[in-house]
Amino acid sequence: MLDEHKRDAAGEGRHNIAYADMLLLRFGEFTLKGKNRARFEKTVLRHVKEMVKPYPKAAITKEFGRIYVELNGEPAAAMAQALKNVFGIASVSPVKAAPSELEAIIAVSRQLLEIIAPLQGTSFKVNARRVWKQFPYGSLEMNKLVSTPVLQGYPGLKVDMNHPDMELRVEIREERTYIFCESIAGVGGFPLGTNGKAMLLLSGGIDSPVAGWSSMRRGLEVECIHFYSFPYTSELARQKVVDLTRVLSQYAGVIKLHLVPFTEVQTAFTGIGQDNLIITLMRRAMLKIATRLAEREGALALVTGESLGQVASQTLPSMNVIGRATQLPLLRPLVMMDKIEIVEQAQLIGTYDLSILPYEDCCTLFVPKSPSTNPNMRIVDKIEATLPEYARLLDEAVEATETVSVTPYGNEKPRPLVSGQSALQEEWF
Amino acid sequence: MLYWDYAAAAPPFEEVVQTMEQLMRLHYANPSSLHRAGLEAEGLIRRSREVCAVALAVLPQEIRFTSGATESNNLAIKGAALQYEGRGRHMVTTQVEHPSVYESCLQLQRRGWEISFVAPGSSGRVDPARLAAEIRKDTVLVSVMHVNNETGSIQPLEELGRQIKAANHLTLFHVDGVQGYGKLPVELNSWKADLYSLSAHKLRGPRGAGLLYVRDGVKLSPLLSGGSQEQGERAGTENVPAIVAAAKAVRMSGEQRSALTARLLPLRDRLLRFLEQLPELLLNSSMEGAPHIVHFSYPGMKGEVLARKLEELGMIVSTRSACSSRLAEPSRVLLAMGRDHAAATGGIRISLGDSHTEADIEALEQAVKKAVTSLKITEGGRI
Repeated sequence: MLDEHKRDAAGEGRHNIAYADMLLLRFGEFTLKGKNRARFEKTVLRHVKEMVKPYPKAAITKEFGRIYVELNGEPAAAMAQALKNVFGIASVSPVKAAPSELEAIIAVSRQLLEIIAPLQGTSFKVNARRVWKQFPYGSLEMNKLVSTPVLQGYPGLKVDMNHPDMELRVEIREERTYIFCESIAGVGGFPLGTNGKAMLLLSGGIDSPVAGWSSMRRGLEVECIHFYSFPYTSELARQKVVDLTRVLSQYAGVIKLHLVPFTEVQTAFTGIGQDNLIITLMRRAMLKIATRLAEREGALALVTGESLGQVASQTLPSMNVIGRATQLPLLRPLVMMDKIEIVEQAQLIGTYDLSILPYEDCCTLFVPKSPSTNPNMRIVDKIEATLPEYARLLDEAVEATETVSVTPYGNEKPRPLVSGQSALQEEWF
Repeated sequence: MLYWDYAAAAPPFEEVVQTMEQLMRLHYANPSSLHRAGLEAEGLIRRSREVCAVALAVLPQEIRFTSGATESNNLAIKGAALQYEGRGRHMVTTQVEHPSVYESCLQLQRRGWEISFVAPGSSGRVDPARLAAEIRKDTVLVSVMHVNNETGSIQPLEELGRQIKAANHLTLFHVDGVQGYGKLPVELNSWKADLYSLSAHKLRGPRGAGLLYVRDGVKLSPLLSGGSQEQGERAGTENVPAIVAAAKAVRMSGEQRSALTARLLPLRDRLLRFLEQLPELLLNSSMEGAPHIVHFSYPGMKGEVLARKLEELGMIVSTRSACSSRLAEPSRVLLAMGRDHAAATGGIRISLGDSHTEADIEALEQAVKKAVTSLKITEGGRI
């Protein structure tokens, strides 16, 4: 039992919590906020309800600072997996319920311990809480009454009242008693959309989806903008961004994705004889277009996946020149993160495998041999001012932008760039 | 001629044939190719996966497309065996499984696995407690069919799943769903099934296509190695037209299930009541069984003799399952249900489909009556 449990946990990387009768969800840091707390809780509850929809038998109840999800036979692991991703949820505990009688509480506690099968030498404590004051034994008394028989059945455990590896919590209520000891970390943060809306520049690389997820976790509603340069970039690259947006939508419900045709703007920069500035100019053009789209959509900030020092356009002098292209706050959630941390985060949120698909995107095109790491603001300004019909090019790109609303389980596709027979006829299915 | 062998192969839906035809013309590109045509083919597979996932109330990434239920069953059993050998080398199944399950288990047995073959009761049903008693710490997988392909008996999957997981929560539960889907409700969640096999041609889809549901988190070692198709668990260029058509058949037969069952049940009941009255015959199916399978024996008479006689009278029936009908031995399934050698050799399976009417049943009854009477006096037909 012990070995199997270990192997299972290591092999499949998930808690085996099939024993749970209910899930206990705890709220995250927003509970520190006074006045807005009710609004935040309401938003989380709405999001939780959304995630529970595929499991019709599950029932939700809200209590001060907590949400209970009664499983009624729905799969615990799958639901915990979905619910720990709800922004604002700090942790999820699988709970086993027992009738509020001493014998039953002890029996279920022992059963739970057998399922969890802690290793030899694990330190342990029982933490009982008597919510129902008519229960005949007090909390401290209960700690002893439960821990003694449990420890007898489990000689490998030792008691540690101060820093136990494992805390068996027993909450005695009138209708029944909740027993739990595991806690699965939730994503935490703020409930979705409680901090306004921003536009995310989504490239298809590893970083920008993580930046988007991080912004959403801070309560920002996000719309995505992707720049593509057909035929230099493929339709597959565009579809990949739709798919990335779909992963993000699993955390947000629906996400709007704006697909900006960027070929004309990008190729305009190749003829000016300042190859080392192409990237700077291109990034500025992206911010200019994104700013217009933000104004149109009512967003108050731009979010990018920039991380200091990663590439030439992400040196401080470059970021200075590029950032001046917009009046909006430019949020860079990853700016101080190491690549390795970003990769880990991408794997956790489920975008990594898509991000590493090998399609060209417009940022890897026309890369000069030595891009400037220290562009000159004055020169950049002058080039942009003298570029023939630059404003018209930007307008046209905004004009021709296609918007797709992406949902977690939908099959949204951008308009095909080359006309041909349509691939998917719904009557075939 | 009236066709009474739907359980072996059902005629495809007209819509399925049309879809197949159009797709074969239009979508021949390899779904793994990077060009637009490949991308479109890949999109068709993706959509098929979603359609099947909706029909089974599971996630799209939990569906693997295979060449049919035989492959699905082999992949479920041997794939789990190879993947989870570290947990132990023991499996539990029943004596009445389809050959693709039964033989896969025997193959593992020859390689040192221990297999517990649980005997059913006389009705063909397996007692959950009896099966759960076989489960040990090293039991990697339990495989039980939904509906028996010879007799139509239905296994108590919900109770089985509950007891299997209570006995060992790490033991995987595989359900061979081939004869159940489209006739009975499918509830993979309440069955606690980890693996579930389907074949398209039993659901009025194309041959050569099937699927395996693999619960999220369960890994299978591939039996066909090569490309990274089907999450690396089943290499080989996907048969796009067959997959799309299979998804369509899964959807359509799922949607038509309750209507079909409502039509078939009275027909089946009438046939069962009729057969019950013929003293020469022994019924192996019951009112508790699936709505589309009726199985009876003519003890002492070889099944194929009776089948040939019925064919002469215009009725195409089967001797037990098509997969084993060319074998001379008595039916393993009937023997396991406690029938004697004579009864187990003289089995006839009649399986119903949506084309059948009261009048067809009437004609079938007359033919059976005639065949039984005429064979009774023909000593040559005796064993």
